[in-house]
Amino acid sequence: MLKIKDIKKSFGKKEVLKGISTIFPEKKTTVIVGPSGSGKTTLLRSLDLLVKPDFGIIEFDDLKINFSEPFTNKTANALRDKTSMVFQNWNLFPNLTILQNITEAPIYVQKVNKTTANKQAHELLTEVGLDEYADAYPSELSGGQQQRISICRALAVKPEYILLDEPTSALDPEMETQVLEMLERLSDQGQSMIMVTHNMQFAKNAADKILFIENGKADFDGTKDEFFSTSSPRVKEFLHGISLN
Amino acid sequence: MWEIIISSLPSLIEAMLKYTIPLALISFAFGMIIAIGVALIKFLNPKINGLLSIFWKLLRLVANFYVWIFRSTPLLVQLFIIFFGLPSIGIKLPPFTAAVIGFSLNTGAYGSETIRSALMSVSKDQWDAAYTLGFSTPQTLWRIIMPQAFRIVLPPLSNEFIGLVKDTSLASTITIAEMFQVSQQIAAQNFQPLLMYVEVAALYAFLCTILSVLQHYLENRSSKFIKGDGN
Ligand SMILES: Nc1ncnc2c1ncn2[C@@H]1O[C@H](COP(=O)(O)OP(=O)(O)O)[C@@H](O)[C@H]1O
Ligand SMILES: [Mg+2]
Repeated sequence: MLKIKDIKKSFGKKEVLKGISTIFPEKKTTVIVGPSGSGKTTLLRSLDLLVKPDFGIIEFDDLKINFSEPFTNKTANALRDKTSMVFQNWNLFPNLTILQNITEAPIYVQKVNKTTANKQAHELLTEVGLDEYADAYPSELSGGQQQRISICRALAVKPEYILLDEPTSALDPEMETQVLEMLERLSDQGQSMIMVTHNMQFAKNAADKILFIENGKADFDGTKDEFFSTSSPRVKEFLHGISLN
Repeated sequence: MWEIIISSLPSLIEAMLKYTIPLALISFAFGMIIAIGVALIKFLNPKINGLLSIFWKLLRLVANFYVWIFRSTPLLVQLFIIFFGLPSIGIKLPPFTAAVIGFSLNTGAYGSETIRSALMSVSKDQWDAAYTLGFSTPQTLWRIIMPQAFRIVLPPLSNEFIGLVKDTSLASTITIAEMFQVSQQIAAQNFQPLLMYVEVAALYAFLCTILSVLQHYLENRSSKFIKGDGN
């Protein structure tokens, strides 16, 4: 299980994460919400070490990094292997076909044999109904299709958790629905997920746990039912603001 | 007139095959190796500390100095220093070697800036995407960033190559009997400077046109992924 303790991060003089501790339950969906600029992306990127925290502890089972102490690249890489990130703008590799986008890391990083990697990629594509695009390039697909491909790409390296940073905020509503349906299915199948989103409907449908980040701190950390019935004035105000949009 | 053109053609073509083309090809190949090395030294920020990081800083200083000096002095002067100047400190180079060294270093200096800016123009997001999938820095460079940079770098590097083909005519000044020097010799014998220099100009144009065609072919091949609306 992935746990963090007292994670702090500053960019220059600005302290963006002010000590966040929580656990991300396995086979569950954790949704991170909060106003923009509150540090959600930074927190998510810290989990994959795309951002290196200044202080605190990240641990997964017996793997552990304490950022106040030196740690080896080996430990860092082992920890990073546990998570894989899906980006707001999907960031597919434009020079590779859809199939290659999915198989590149399994083949060249994880040394999976090519036939096996291709077979698994076709299975993932078939599951999301996009196998016919295997040989197309990303630029030939819509945003919603590209985002579903990028989720397949993240799943292909078989991480323990997939991390999603506002995966639908760059999509129009119809495409957003396609992506959210895919994510709800994954959530039902017990894929461990940590997702930043403003979509409260998704949180209501799929979240097991909700983390509310405000100003670099976790202001709320609990179950979905607790979240939507909380008496915290700040959460209420946030939910009210969102429902107006 | 045609008789004069045709009778001079074999010597010109011989000079082209013997000197102009090899000079351009060999210098461009060495130039690109230097350019990629220098571009990476300037582009990468390896997470190292201690002595290694001092070494990297030193390397970068040398790279910056090299690019600065070769871009701020005329190619002709560089060739003269290498061929006529260095012997006075005991370094005597054969003309062809001196020319290859001069052209390679000059091409490398310009090329490194072209390549570095192409590497920088590939979005930072591509690095994030590769890192999250477990790619190392060299793997990311080689499999993701460089193929995308290649497409960007192709037109300016083709320009540099075409420029180099024409610049090989400067090798005539350090005693190399390349195409232009041969045309000068023939003109001195047959008293037809206009005809001879137009003929040699046409031969340079011919070479450069082949390169342009090659460039278009490579551009089409390397940009097959930019169809549709993009996004
Ligand atoms: N690489 C960075 N360099 C400097 N400031 C950053 C960087 N990344 C994020 N920030 C700043 O940190 C704050 C939190 O950003 P972010 O984590 O993206 O918030 P959120 O995802 O909740 O909108 C913002 O003020 C942002 O400008
Ligand atoms: Mg964000």
